[in-house]
Amino acid sequence: MGKKEEYNKRKSKIIEVLESEQSTVTFDDPLEHEMTLNMGPQHPATHGVLRLLIKLDGETVLNTIPEIGYLHRGYEKLAENCTYHEYISHTDRLDYISPLSNNTAYVLAVEKLVGIEVPRRAQFIRTLISELARISSHLMFLGSLAMDIGALTVWMWSFREREKLYDIFEKITGARFTTSYTRIGGLAQDISSETISAIRKFICELPEKLSDCEKLLNKNLIFLERTDGVGIITKEQAIDLGLTGPSLRACAVEHDLRHANPYLIYNELDFDVPIYEGGDVLARYYVRMDEIKESLKIVRQIIDKIPAGEIKALRPKEALPNKPRIYTKMEEMIHDFMLINFGIQTPVGEVYHAVEAPKGELGFYINSKGEGHPWRLKIRSPSFVNLQSLPVMMKGAMISDVVAIIGSLDPIMGEADK
Amino acid sequence: MNNVNENILQIIKSKFDHAIIESIEFRDELTITFQKEEIIEVCKFCKENADLDFNLLADLCGIDMYVPEKRLGVVYNLYSFNKRHRIRFKIFTEEENPIVPSVTSIWGTANWHEREAYDMYGIIFEGHPDLRRIYMPDEFEYYPLRKDFPLMGIPGSLELPKK
Repeated sequence: MGKKEEYNKRKSKIIEVLESEQSTVTFDDPLEHEMTLNMGPQHPATHGVLRLLIKLDGETVLNTIPEIGYLHRGYEKLAENCTYHEYISHTDRLDYISPLSNNTAYVLAVEKLVGIEVPRRAQFIRTLISELARISSHLMFLGSLAMDIGALTVWMWSFREREKLYDIFEKITGARFTTSYTRIGGLAQDISSETISAIRKFICELPEKLSDCEKLLNKNLIFLERTDGVGIITKEQAIDLGLTGPSLRACAVEHDLRHANPYLIYNELDFDVPIYEGGDVLARYYVRMDEIKESLKIVRQIIDKIPAGEIKALRPKEALPNKPRIYTKMEEMIHDFMLINFGIQTPVGEVYHAVEAPKGELGFYINSKGEGHPWRLKIRSPSFVNLQSLPVMMKGAMISDVVAIIGSLDPIMGEADK
Repeated sequence: MNNVNENILQIIKSKFDHAIIESIEFRDELTITFQKEEIIEVCKFCKENADLDFNLLADLCGIDMYVPEKRLGVVYNLYSFNKRHRIRFKIFTEEENPIVPSVTSIWGTANWHEREAYDMYGIIFEGHPDLRRIYMPDEFEYYPLRKDFPLMGIPGSLELPKK
């Protein structure tokens, strides 16, 4: 008996056994069929409560449906029911990785509505904290992307640096996480020269620590294989889907609101906008790493140039008075009473003001009917819009790339769900 | 009115003068209110016209004016990457049967924004590929951002987990 005959005989016997009614073995191979995979809302790699329904063919992603809303707290409804000042603390909870940036974006929108020009020093400090928030957010991105891919050391190292930054935030604002630092017409408190020297120390040390992280990643074959050419989105698709921020700049679109429509003092500062062409996870990583370096450049310029002076505009009907004066001066006490109980006086009208937040364009649309609270406040949150392009990036990727793609988009669900 | 806004308004007026209800400038921002039937044509024109070039729909949101007529509205905030200017469009619709045209065929990003406006205000976007709730559960019966929905919510409207 030849080998082939023997094989056929054995095969037919196996098939006979498998097809008999008593057999408990089935032929269904899960990898040969399409299946739907539910990922989240509680999954460590989804950065919060993002839920994805992924349709798979074997290991290849055919289609993705993001489901959001698990962290919906109704902040737009709340805004209509509290005064403009009260709402500042709610903006901390939007993008909770960079609350200082949200605080700034919100008060800029309100100041545009009311028409307040804040003093130079306050503008410098606002720019400073926005950039520090950007560094902290991108360090978080670096750590979590690397961790999702398996490089745990980078996560430890980037979080160590982020920790130092949080100590600085504590010095500036009095809180580490929920800062609520800006006020309409100015800031809650001034920053001391001690804090500035702490910032100076931090920005001198960070480049070296950052290059340590880069040494672990930039030439790491595992990291490159996991990110290069993964999750590609083209320029046209990105613009159509409203992608903004570093993810858009990774698709070779030169758009940065700090350059395009300068606010605060960005037009006086010298910095570049990093652009990469890949449109993949690796390009998004490179853009953010370069942005940290650009932010350091900006911070250095600000602390060199920061002028002395007031940090609050002289607008007693809108800006909260200083605490010591409330207790000693009649006028200030009346203003404080009116501002706390009835809110600021606003004109009738509507404004939309957008800033370049770490994740993209963060805009506040305020429709005012002349009351102490907004008639309608809409938050244009970058994470919400950016998540929409997830299905495009995921199409055709492998199941193990899913975490890398989510990490590269850097979504924060507090902001996406509002 | 500043020059950029004046220019934009003239270009749009030359083509859609009949559809404009009102145009306001406030804090250097131009807001034009259109008749809702024309909004698709207007948006398509603004995206394709080389002088306007509004290629980014920065934001789209619903609004509840709480007036007897034309209560619900949709606000479009547009931006141009190349020209770096902004504009805002508004349309209004009745409370009964609030149907407005969808702009998803012009900007893909409108998809989720319109789902949000539907979820929060009950505005129905005709021609939307997948109009379902985005934040609230599918079986939720109310539209929470309407002014007549109480801040504290309606007891019993959301099923709580069983003990």
